[in-house]
Amino acid sequence: MTVKFTQEHEWIKIEGDVASFGITAYAAEQLGDVVYVELPEVGKTIKTGDAVAVVESVKAASDVYAPVSGEVVEANDELSASPEKVSEDAEGAGWFAKIKLSDASELDGLMDEAAYKAFLESL
Amino acid sequence: MTENLKATILSNLWAEMGGKMVGFAGYNMPVQFKEGVVKEHLWTRENAGLFDVSHMGPCYIHLKDKGDLSPEESHIKIAKILEQVLPCDIQGLKIGQIRYTTLLNDDGGVIDDLMVARDASGSLYVVVNAGGKEEDFAIFDSVGAGELVVERLDMNGLIALQGPKAKEVIKTVTADAANLNFMNFAHFESDFGALIIARSGYTGEDGFEILVLADNGVKLCEFLLANSDVKPIGLGARDSLRLEAGLCLYGHDLDQTISPIEADLKWTIQKCRRERGDFNGSARILNELANKPKRLRVGIEFLDKAPAREGVEIHSKDGRKIGVITSGGFGPSLGAPIAMGYVETEFAAIGTEIDLIVRGTPRPAKIGALPYVPHNYYKPA
Repeated sequence: MTVKFTQEHEWIKIEGDVASFGITAYAAEQLGDVVYVELPEVGKTIKTGDAVAVVESVKAASDVYAPVSGEVVEANDELSASPEKVSEDAEGAGWFAKIKLSDASELDGLMDEAAYKAFLESL
Repeated sequence: MTENLKATILSNLWAEMGGKMVGFAGYNMPVQFKEGVVKEHLWTRENAGLFDVSHMGPCYIHLKDKGDLSPEESHIKIAKILEQVLPCDIQGLKIGQIRYTTLLNDDGGVIDDLMVARDASGSLYVVVNAGGKEEDFAIFDSVGAGELVVERLDMNGLIALQGPKAKEVIKTVTADAANLNFMNFAHFESDFGALIIARSGYTGEDGFEILVLADNGVKLCEFLLANSDVKPIGLGARDSLRLEAGLCLYGHDLDQTISPIEADLKWTIQKCRRERGDFNGSARILNELANKPKRLRVGIEFLDKAPAREGVEIHSKDGRKIGVITSGGFGPSLGAPIAMGYVETEFAAIGTEIDLIVRGTPRPAKIGALPYVPHNYYKPA
């Protein structure tokens, strides 16, 4: 299992040819209390960089971009009833959806944890 | 922090306390503290929240040449001048009484919303919003035509102490302030020097707004915050509190095209002013009172959990745009979305079914009642 990160502050956890993703703890902290999450539909084909989900905090609505291309195979429906999970456990129970990868080579362009940490420190 | 932001006398205190500082109306202000908007909001509804509103525009309006006028005569003279642009009954204010009103342009549109109060001296005590204060003060000067003097007080500290425990907390500053009636103010001496304390606020809760001299502001806040019932509250919760209370935010729910009647603020124009009709834009406003305005400010009853933010279009069930959301977000006390906006008057009845167009998708909702949370203002026993 590998975890990668994007410059848009998403994490992606790769298990075989399926990857779960969500927003990073840093992003959740910046957003403040999350009150609503709009998830992509299962079966939808998405491309890297597409706006595929929306996370709304008390302050604002923010788009969440697909970190990789593929097909949505599962969405975390628990977030509809309990969007606060994103604030409480962004990189665990607060996952958004699972994507069946269409091009595993896209992962090479993403940051590993050390690189993401360095990226955060550069902000 | 952006280079050219002004600081209030309290900005440094908030930054030291971990406030997340942002630019607001040109000032460096805390949008939230470590606990976040939801907890700060709920704390204020249950305990007492301390807000920095020093960016706003408190001022006295004096008569330039009082001559041998009594305070009563002085008050009436100032009131008559300002009633040209403020449609509330200023002449009829009792000493210490505050009224919420609007500053009107020639077309009856709202330049700002503000508090006006009668001081025992015969001068008026007025508090305008931060964003338009320079323009407002210039209008007071201009309508005063040399007879009025605006004495700005915005170099001082203005703080709001809001919530059901505010009354007990204010007693530790000056016991007498707890006896003020809602929408009244008075002058007090305290360990923190001279204070103007008003029983008012913008959260829907009981509370006080306190003008403190610049040198004493930090000490007063530190004293208040040492009380375990008091926490500092940022602009984020200030916004959610006022929206739950159904109160307008200038620049969002009010602007120069909107009349107080459209804004459902007709209660701010007392009967004697409607009868006299002697204020800016009165032709439009009296017509709207008699024949209903074209649009009305309404609350939104949500049927699902998706918030509708400012700018979201409101559509009729047959798909026509009938209005727009002007303030929208999440109400922590309700645990649900809250919003207000304007719709064509025929759609303004509570219960009317509408669609909110959120990110292109129509979401069913209804016109709802305001406020979302009942006002908890002080009523003497």
